[in-house]
Amino acid sequence: MAERSFAREVEDLKLGDGEIFRGEGILAITKALLQSGVSYVGGYQGSPISHLMDVLADSKDVLNELGVHFESSASEAAAAAMLSASVLYPVRGAVTWKSTAGTNVASDALSNLASGGVTGGALIIIGEDYGEGSSIMQERSHAFAMKSQMWLLDPRPHLPSIVQAVENGFELSEASNTPVMLEVRIRTCHVHGQFVAKDNKKPPYTLRQALENPRRDLSRIVLPPAAYMHEKEKLEKRWPAAVEFIKSRKLNEHFGPAEGDVGIILQGGMYNSVMRALQFLGLADVYGESAIPLYVLNVTYPLIDDEIAEFCIGKTAVIMVEEGQPEYIEQTLSTVLRRRDINTKLHGKDMLPLGGEYTAPVLVKGFTEFFETHARSVLGNRPPLPDASPTLDDPRVKALNAVVPQRPAGFCTGCPERPIFAAMKLVEGELGQHHVAADIGCHLFSILPPFNIGATTMGYGLGPASASAFNVESDKRSIAVMGDGGFWHNGLSTSIGNAVYNKQDGVILIVDNYYSAATGGQDILSSRADNPNRTTNNSIVDAVKGIGAKWVRQIDNTYDVAKMRDTLKEALTTKEPGPHIIVASSECMLNKQRRVKPLFGKAVKEGKRMVRERFGVDEDVCTGDHACIRLSGCPSLSVKHTDDPLKDDPVAAIDNSCVGCGNCGEVAEAAVLCPSFYRADVIYNPTPHDRFLARVRGAVIGFLQRRRDRSRLTFAH
Amino acid sequence: MTRHETFPLRLSTDKPIAIAILAMGGQGGGVLADWIVAAAEHSGWIAQSTSVPGVAQRTGATIYYIEILPVREGAEAILSLMPTPGDVDVVLAAEFMEAGRSILRGLVTPERTTLITSTHRSFAVGEKEKPGDGIGDPLTVVEAAGIAAKRIIAFDMQSLAETNGSVISATMFGALAGADVLPFDVSAYEAAISAGGKGVAPSLKAFHASYLRTREEPRDPVVPDGAKVLPVLPAATGHAALDALLVRIRAFPESAHAMLFAGVKKLVDYQDPAYANEYLDRMDEILRNDIAHGGAAKDHAFTQSAAKYLAVSMAYDDVIRVADLKTRASRFDRVKKEVGVKDDQLIYTTEYMHPRMEEVTGTMPASLGRFIESRPALFKALDKVVNRGRRVKTGTIGWFLTLYVLAAMKGMRRRALRHGREMAHLQHWLDTALTILPRDYDLAVEVLNSRRLVKGYSDTHARGQSKFDRVLAAAPMLIGKPDGAVWMQRLRQAALLDEDGTALDGAFKTIESIYA
Repeated sequence: MAERSFAREVEDLKLGDGEIFRGEGILAITKALLQSGVSYVGGYQGSPISHLMDVLADSKDVLNELGVHFESSASEAAAAAMLSASVLYPVRGAVTWKSTAGTNVASDALSNLASGGVTGGALIIIGEDYGEGSSIMQERSHAFAMKSQMWLLDPRPHLPSIVQAVENGFELSEASNTPVMLEVRIRTCHVHGQFVAKDNKKPPYTLRQALENPRRDLSRIVLPPAAYMHEKEKLEKRWPAAVEFIKSRKLNEHFGPAEGDVGIILQGGMYNSVMRALQFLGLADVYGESAIPLYVLNVTYPLIDDEIAEFCIGKTAVIMVEEGQPEYIEQTLSTVLRRRDINTKLHGKDMLPLGGEYTAPVLVKGFTEFFETHARSVLGNRPPLPDASPTLDDPRVKALNAVVPQRPAGFCTGCPERPIFAAMKLVEGELGQHHVAADIGCHLFSILPPFNIGATTMGYGLGPASASAFNVESDKRSIAVMGDGGFWHNGLSTSIGNAVYNKQDGVILIVDNYYSAATGGQDILSSRADNPNRTTNNSIVDAVKGIGAKWVRQIDNTYDVAKMRDTLKEALTTKEPGPHIIVASSECMLNKQRRVKPLFGKAVKEGKRMVRERFGVDEDVCTGDHACIRLSGCPSLSVKHTDDPLKDDPVAAIDNSCVGCGNCGEVAEAAVLCPSFYRADVIYNPTPHDRFLARVRGAVIGFLQRRRDRSRLTFAH
Repeated sequence: MTRHETFPLRLSTDKPIAIAILAMGGQGGGVLADWIVAAAEHSGWIAQSTSVPGVAQRTGATIYYIEILPVREGAEAILSLMPTPGDVDVVLAAEFMEAGRSILRGLVTPERTTLITSTHRSFAVGEKEKPGDGIGDPLTVVEAAGIAAKRIIAFDMQSLAETNGSVISATMFGALAGADVLPFDVSAYEAAISAGGKGVAPSLKAFHASYLRTREEPRDPVVPDGAKVLPVLPAATGHAALDALLVRIRAFPESAHAMLFAGVKKLVDYQDPAYANEYLDRMDEILRNDIAHGGAAKDHAFTQSAAKYLAVSMAYDDVIRVADLKTRASRFDRVKKEVGVKDDQLIYTTEYMHPRMEEVTGTMPASLGRFIESRPALFKALDKVVNRGRRVKTGTIGWFLTLYVLAAMKGMRRRALRHGREMAHLQHWLDTALTILPRDYDLAVEVLNSRRLVKGYSDTHARGQSKFDRVLAAAPMLIGKPDGAVWMQRLRQAALLDEDGTALDGAFKTIESIYA
């Protein structure tokens, strides 16, 4: 089980008719799924949609009562394939993942799904990881909707709108026999707001009914000639049905005056930023009144040609607010206007930036140019715009650039991956730099200071595969690093299977921290905890041996830096053929602490003898060269200035957040750094035997210390 | 939802209050945002918060953003999901450099922004990993905040939280309430904490402490730490040998007294009064030279620098020193205090030592040490036995005795192989400085100061030493050159920037291009 509990959030899922839901956007979506009579939910965790998965994983009771099947899918591909249940049976299903990363993985299944079409509503909730705070490549999911002809919803970032979009999405999917994507951006997933809840709905047709009354329909399978029929059906039936549904249900919205010389067409997700920008320009207020006609696309694919035409006719110009690139919507608008010979000027990415987030200041700039060009008069008495530039231009403020540090993401306090990379750093010192292929996951933080290890990352579970070209005669081997999350997501076959089959001679390091740690500590196949709902404790070593790997080493304690270093060295230098696979296992410290800390506190309270370990630095032994920090980067290992006039540089210091993982001591020992580290073992509730020993030791040591202190000449302090 | 209005329409001028929180992963920025939302909702306001945690959760910096507005019947507020520079009313920074970051992002502007910041520092990797002192100057933030903020509330909210058994989100929330920038009653804040359900009592305690603190003393002066405490020369100690040392120090110009005393103290502690006298003998010669070459006009800068670095060099770190420091009663007490051991608990320390044969031969009498070192096979064989990581449990009698005996070898130190080498290296450095002194006073001072580069143990020590040797070797080339001393200083700074000496290589290239 994930070590974090979502019990409080689960309560929110139980709200009934008329009650107010207060919480995050992604939880509102979770609740909306249950209100829509969903039958099954799957997905792959990842920011910003992890909470949907986490909360449902903790909601067994709620789900059982409704008869909803929930699954933590092995990958986005598995999740997308799960939607196949809605192809022949009238059951609603939803899956979720981070996009575009996850959509890339899922696209094989999605293409097949979209080709044959669906009977029951199929909803794909896309956490669009774009802009500030994103951890992936900056692309748009929009392209996937277009290429497979799935419909794309982009509701206003407003909880009632998002909840409505979920319900609309299922209906649209059923009305047009097409899977529907619901796009929510990072901030929208994390936005706190409220909506009036409805009762949860049991699915009218159950999965059990489906299983017991199997159907089959050759025309739904992607094989010729059906595949050709599918394309025809998409264009002739499903698309028009979708357009009709969107029009009749008024899924897209209009705000502001009915008439105007100019207008703004926007993605639903852009609505709040557009309104704020207009507010700054004195053209809207905080309650949603706008002086400019707005056409809000809560459905960004397909576009409704008639609605576009109607909005543009009679206007001198419109501007399209479309975040991300390329400008698919703007291009379509242009086709619609040209075909109908409507001469309204079309603007968009000529006035707004081609890429990047459309924040209010960015929009203010674009809108100002747009209005100045086409409707100067609306700008009227312009209120002063918020402007930080006088402050920012002050040289005393500019001086901050030199002192405010970057804060790259790094390993947590006590992280078991730290000693692995410290060991790699030591090996690098001995054997020189190697080509290191990285993967996706916490271990990728190794590419940043202080380790600076890792050359490329190609995708989840693809690290070793991305080193496969380097399978040539050479004096150096490639090293590929992959986490346990990546291993089970895709790595076992795509990376390990590939390496075994092709006799890849490199080194493959699998970091096994018992969880899918980077996405929030979810369980995976090799997790060590007993999970009543899942099968865990499946060994990675057995798995790689099972598909034919011969040179496999298991390290059960990653904090043993010397062993880690020696094993890596052996893997890099052995004469035996590869792949050389090292599985380095120790529990994710973040999750371990969540698990262990309460137990420790409880035991101490009960009077049990417990030992707490933490590290410290003898500041008079430390010379302040910070070599230890360059092999660690631990948040609890820091520096501090001393008042000693003979010491110029700050010395190392460990604060109370230290969890005593052992890395500092191990590294100091393995790298022969310095003897200033110490480990302190604090014994809680010592036994009588402990006390007796301590008294004897104290007496002897104290005697010797006093003896020496007497002989030592010192200036009084 | 389609709404058509006739144009022109009347627009409301209501504006939400905008609040930004800058926190690092693990600081509870999300909890603080939730509390603010709850306090607002409790007071009948509408609140919207959002954030982009993502990978920033792992030690990175994150911004949480909240907008609040009174509820207006029949109207729904459209709030922004991100802060606009120049349009933020309250910025809460959970660390002092994060306050700097908020200013750099334009979130703090003098017309509107109340800046509430903790003054404590949590150093970034980039600051910590430098071989020298990479810590950013907090006064830069103080100065910028003075320009950017309308009002500032700044004190150490981290330690206030710790004293009250809670975390910084609680004290920041207290400071927000105390600042009185939001139109909410204190009870609304308290209700928000209580509704959270976790650790309510300590959170409330910390909240109140911070609330009061903010009302009474909203701003602590920020002083960069690292201010050195120079010891005051005592009149007398009552011990003849020590008093004699004091008398010798007084013969020096007054500007050097404090540093000389610090040096003497260190060396008496390190070895004995005789060793401190040896130090002062060297200093006598240094002072003579200093005076002879115009030192009086320069406040005897040469003597002052020598007083510091000669003491550091003479008190080089060796096995004996480490054993001595690790076994002291004062050290046992300090560890207890640092770790926070209670009376009913026991503590044992384990030291991580990795002696190599070099250290062993270094501690031997010079002739014996050399004998072994000149026989590689023997040296290697012995190294095999010695060179191993050892976990020394100082609190047990056996290990304590081992270290105790090692420390007692202090008396033999000056005959040891290592000592001879250290003194030779030291002499070369001093000679270089003394040779340059008559020709370029400022450069000679910088030559002394470059001794700062020698530090660390084993490999790190070797790297530091080699950088030092390179910098020292550059000195003759700089004699009499305009800015020679400045360049010497730059070389030292460059050497302290990174471990591999990349910056130092660059600095050398620049010098060569200038003076070649």
